Amino acid sequence: MNWLIDFFGEPANWSGPDGIPTRLLQHVEFSLLAFAIAAIIALPLGLWVGHTGRGAVLVVLSANAARALPTLGLLVLVVLLIGVGTIWPVLIPLIALAVPPILVNTYEGIRNADADLRDAAYGMGLRGRQVLFSALVPVALPLILLGLRLAAIQVVATATVAAYVGLGGLGRYIIDGLATKDYPSVFGGAVLVVLLALAVQFGFALLNRVVVSPGVRQVR
Amino acid sequence: MDEPLIRWDWIARNWDNGSPLAIRTLLENHIVMAFVPVVFGLILAIPLGLACARWRLLYQPTTALMNIVYAMPSLALFSILLSVTGLTQTTVIIPLTLFSLAVLIPSVVDGMTSVPDHVRQSATAMGFRPLRRLILVELPIATPVVLAGTRVATVASISLVSVGALIGQGGLGALFTDGWQRQFSTPIIVGIALIVLLAVAADLVLIVLQRLLTPWSRARRSA
Repeated sequence: MNWLIDFFGEPANWSGPDGIPTRLLQHVEFSLLAFAIAAIIALPLGLWVGHTGRGAVLVVLSANAARALPTLGLLVLVVLLIGVGTIWPVLIPLIALAVPPILVNTYEGIRNADADLRDAAYGMGLRGRQVLFSALVPVALPLILLGLRLAAIQVVATATVAAYVGLGGLGRYIIDGLATKDYPSVFGGAVLVVLLALAVQFGFALLNRVVVSPGVRQVR
Repeated sequence: MDEPLIRWDWIARNWDNGSPLAIRTLLENHIVMAFVPVVFGLILAIPLGLACARWRLLYQPTTALMNIVYAMPSLALFSILLSVTGLTQTTVIIPLTLFSLAVLIPSVVDGMTSVPDHVRQSATAMGFRPLRRLILVELPIATPVVLAGTRVATVASISLVSVGALIGQGGLGALFTDGWQRQFSTPIIVGIALIVLLAVAADLVLIVLQRLLTPWSRARRSA
């Protein structure tokens, strides 16, 4: 508890380039950028694979590989090989880790939508793309959102680890604190990361309530 | 830069050279820190999951709590625990046990829900008491679902241990920090390869285990 007071009570921790607001903003910035790029890649791909059934093997393989790949190792290797300088070497592994959960859950959501629903939509005269967007996507939305949530959580957590290879953000407090044995900083940074992760979690819970149709929610 | 991506002689020299950074020692530590959490997780998740399946009211709050646990970045949990358990393997094992629980409790509940009602009723009609029915009828039927969860938890645990390297207890993850500090790619690649291999091997063992434990699921498919 004393460490928390030491860390959060220190005025120097609230301003300047090492201040909590700056670090928090950096963390959110990197995470959002990586998350957005991952979503732009994975959402359309997942919808397409789910709807056409093409490339399903690839989806399953990517899901398994993503679970087994150690984030720290991937991060260190990519940055070592490409070199530091811009933030892209750090963003690439972040994106690579966020793509599979979105891809897999979008695919599963579309694929596992009720076959009767699909047939009924075609029977009503909807075309391929209309079936996808007006019948299948609403039903698959809870799973798609789950995938997005898992990806967002993964990105926030990995962005923390990425401080080790020089990324800014909240991970800096933990990594720098460990290096200088400044445990109040380690502890304070960890608490901030947990709070951010919780905020992401609750944000998605809220989003789920707003965008998922009440009819779909009832079935689940 | 003419430095090769992998120096094979480095691997041979560092496999078992007696130093705390010997690959073999790191691999052994890694296995302990990865599997102990899954075993603890299973031991805790089975009674907790059964309780949630029995008293449905418990399930909602438990899943909410487990979702929150699962959202915690591992490095943050390691760092927070550092003040309690210090630089020991326990600091890595406790958070990974929590992550395993977050995966396993829902699969135990789903497994119990997957037991068809008519099977449960038949067992009761045949004179099974609740405890015997649970052990001889319900748990075996739930096994495939629980093992599917165990596979996810095991693979995740194996890859997450390496983050512990940042607090000095990461098994093969130490190869990542070592490689980074010396700007040397061989240990990093060796670490990634061994972790992925370990995950694949553990997954295969669990698949075989599932086939052995549930012979009826094969019989039904071939019939």
